[in-house]
Amino acid sequence: MSIPADLKYTKTHEWLKQEADGSVSVGITFHAQEALGDIVFLELPDAGRVVKAGEECAVVESVKAASDIYAPIAGEVVAKNEDAIAAPESVNQDCYAAWLFKIKPANPADLDGLLDAAAYTKVEAES
Amino acid sequence: MVQRTPLYDAHVAAGAKIVDFAGWEMPINYGSQIEEHHVVRRVAGMFDVSHMLAIDLVGCDSQAFLRRLVANDVAKLTLPGKALYSCLLKDDGGVIDDLIIYFFTPTKYRIVVNAGTATKDLAWMQAQAANFNVSLTPRRDLAMIAVQGPQAREKFWQAFPETRATSELLGVFQAAEWQDWLIARTGYTGEDGFEISVPATQAMSVWQKLLAAGVKPIGLGARDTLRLEAGMNLYGQDMDETQNPLESGLTWTLDFKDANRDFNGKSALARRQSEGQLRQLLGLVLLDKGVLRSHQKVITEQGDGETTSGSFSPTLNQSIAFARVPAGVKPGDEVQVAIRDKLLKAKVVKPPFARNGKPLI
Repeated sequence: MSIPADLKYTKTHEWLKQEADGSVSVGITFHAQEALGDIVFLELPDAGRVVKAGEECAVVESVKAASDIYAPIAGEVVAKNEDAIAAPESVNQDCYAAWLFKIKPANPADLDGLLDAAAYTKVEAES
Repeated sequence: MVQRTPLYDAHVAAGAKIVDFAGWEMPINYGSQIEEHHVVRRVAGMFDVSHMLAIDLVGCDSQAFLRRLVANDVAKLTLPGKALYSCLLKDDGGVIDDLIIYFFTPTKYRIVVNAGTATKDLAWMQAQAANFNVSLTPRRDLAMIAVQGPQAREKFWQAFPETRATSELLGVFQAAEWQDWLIARTGYTGEDGFEISVPATQAMSVWQKLLAAGVKPIGLGARDTLRLEAGMNLYGQDMDETQNPLESGLTWTLDFKDANRDFNGKSALARRQSEGQLRQLLGLVLLDKGVLRSHQKVITEQGDGETTSGSFSPTLNQSIAFARVPAGVKPGDEVQVAIRDKLLKAKVVKPPFARNGKPLI
């Protein structure tokens, strides 16, 4: 599975996408969903919640286990993906389309400090 | 050292994700665990269960030995090939393992035990055998394959028509020898099917023929959700040496009928029973959104309990669990389960949750 070139990544296997409205979508990578197996439940943060970078803010549960998702950057949650909550398997089926939540970054420049596709390819290869 | 079954290469070739299970490199799934689960409930799938250990017991004291060794009573086995599920108990009533005993004659039995407990089981049995004229032979030269599902037997006969005459008339929990195979109508899924033991050297060709007959390989992940739905305990999770069968949903496997028979753990269990206030292993169905897991706190009007196994049930499309709860909790009660920082509502039920392709609750 190729790693989309236009996204940013974290070492904990989340991806981030800069949206046109200034918000940032967050999801989990192909590697993450594959390691989790069939996803059956998502617990996502409500809009309005202010999160710090690295803060636990969502849980993805597969048949096997529950896995914490960390806020990759600081900011305010502006949306959670109700479609993904209704159909958690969509995260397995198309992980780069099935975003989990959107954050309005406290500092938009924080995105620059994250991994690009090339750097994440290395992280993935080592995990 | 990590061990591999004779079918390891077949799992890798089928794209299995391999995990360490009780010291064995086993397939957890070959793709989607939920799809594998449905295949077994709806059609037929097969599991490599060669990590479990078959132990052959022979000798003139075999029956007397087993009547002392295990809590269920092998004296009730009179039909050759008939199988019995039982617990192996310590003197204090703690569960060393659960196992299946196949009866052939009063001087010949086969015992099948769990992989993770095989070494300690064998040592325990050898020690207990000191005063009996019996011999115990571990059969690591065998491979075991479980073929399970509503079409399992038909597909098995399609692959091995020559075995049909021998295996067609087998009742549930009954086995027959066919050449150097043992064909047993047993399983751990709540579906019909066979568990077959074959010489390890034949394992690969048997597996390939079953594949060709349309039997899909199923990993240990789906095996766990299938057995949980079917209301079957998993050793090490739902009971272990610190728990007794009375409080593990296994009272039905204890046979106290013959007052003259003593067995390991009998007096401890009788004492525990007379004390009363026994905790119970019951089922939970999660009413709120989420997934139950083992070791979550269960809050009831009668006091706290704990989940022992929990997962998502593909058949019910909601989360289910076993939980050890205080005396007095009844099916139909609503309880709360602590999951992370929340208290979620669950309903108490009597397992099984699903069998033979259908939800039961």
